[in-house]
Amino acid sequence: MITTKNLKKVFGDNVVLDGINETIEKGEKVVVIGPSGSGKSTFLRCLNLLEEPTEGEIWFEDRNITDKNVNINQVRQKMGMVFQQFNLFPHLSVLENITLAPIQLGIMTKSEANDKAMELLKRIGLTEKANAYPNKLSGGQKQRIAIIRALAMGPDVMLFDEPTSALDPEMVGEVLDLMASLADEGMTMIVVTHEMRFAKKVATRVLFIDEGKIVEQNSPDEFFDNPKHPRLQEFLSKIL
Amino acid sequence: MYLSGSWINRILSSIADWAKGIYMSFYNAIVPDQRYLAYLQGLKITLLISFFAIILGILIGVLVAVFKVTAANYKIKWLSSICNVYINVIRGTPLMVQLLIIYNLIFTSRSSNEIIIGSVCFGINSGAYVAEIIRAGIESIDRGQMEAGRSLGMNYIQTMVKIILPQAIKNILPALGNEFIVLIKETSVASMIAITDLTKAAQYIGSRTWDILPPLIIAALFYLVIVMGLSRLMSVFERRLARSDNN
Repeated sequence: MITTKNLKKVFGDNVVLDGINETIEKGEKVVVIGPSGSGKSTFLRCLNLLEEPTEGEIWFEDRNITDKNVNINQVRQKMGMVFQQFNLFPHLSVLENITLAPIQLGIMTKSEANDKAMELLKRIGLTEKANAYPNKLSGGQKQRIAIIRALAMGPDVMLFDEPTSALDPEMVGEVLDLMASLADEGMTMIVVTHEMRFAKKVATRVLFIDEGKIVEQNSPDEFFDNPKHPRLQEFLSKIL
Repeated sequence: MYLSGSWINRILSSIADWAKGIYMSFYNAIVPDQRYLAYLQGLKITLLISFFAIILGILIGVLVAVFKVTAANYKIKWLSSICNVYINVIRGTPLMVQLLIIYNLIFTSRSSNEIIIGSVCFGINSGAYVAEIIRAGIESIDRGQMEAGRSLGMNYIQTMVKIILPQAIKNILPALGNEFIVLIKETSVASMIAITDLTKAAQYIGSRTWDILPPLIIAALFYLVIVMGLSRLMSVFERRLARSDNN
């Protein structure tokens, strides 16, 4: 579904991604871990071109989206993204946050978008917050709404960029539960996170990125119980 | 007793003469020859010029601000150069000189409409200041807002119009109100190029009554009322836009 070919990203003379070749199949739940500054967030942000790759190609659903002739806005409609800082639109109500893009892009009429939004809000049990503004919500509520805002576009893949890192500890669970239920439904997911328990439970594959390269990847059981690369062994010994 | 009484009477009568003199000055400045109509006519011109200049200023300001931010984001050198030249020239030269240049350069025809002349001059001038205010507003919005809009598939312009600008304008409303107040007061400079605005009307009446102060004070009061009304209007706007903060 997504293939990167020799993906490189350079900021000034800092090489953040150093030639990543990776393929992610439909239905996979890939968790990306690595030390801070290793390039894991940049890798994720390159996949929907929020960061423009310096070199290399990204293929999504059999199209080279790094090609200048591809309408990236159309591609992004099929790639939902969830940010560490939620990035809800503070001047819009919860309902408007969810319906803005589908209506603006002409994918749904206003009433269709409202129905869809209410259905998604019902799923996360926040229908009574439909007309509230984001600053009245807890961090966990904000992030769950950010997730269903992305889902409202009907994406084929969801990208999560450290979705629980800005949350109070007691709110991490509700967000991870929602992500796990998405995974159960068969959504293709790529998750950058520090939540190792989530990786063990939900991932079909775990990637370890260090210094801009994928150093090791494996099924979660093998990855955590039997790490091979010394950098990964060192990293796991520090965090587990 | 008698002496002190006449002293008080003399003071009282001179106060009465003084008050009567002031009353007559203002009476002469307002009533004879239906002079109040001249103020109202001048007021109308001032309000119309201010209104259209504010609209034009906002249009130019938003465009230039968005161009400038976009040029910076996408590294379009020529576009940011054009914006910078406009802003530097307008902010770096006196309003009155700009007014005289535009009047003599563009509106050489005698039949030109004074409201159009005034609105264009003051609109172009105000646009430069509004552009810098709005640019500051756009840059105050977290980068994540643009990224979130783009990640949902909206294009740059849609995200700018629906997500960035509404938040930016809410943040800069007080500064924008300030700029409009300055603009309204500065339109009094228009009296220099034969536009019969409120200030010109006051000067004209003063030249007829040989008493310039009363009409100027009357004009000043008109400006004060307009500006206070505008301040009130801006604070209503601010409260409406602050809905999302305290809902």
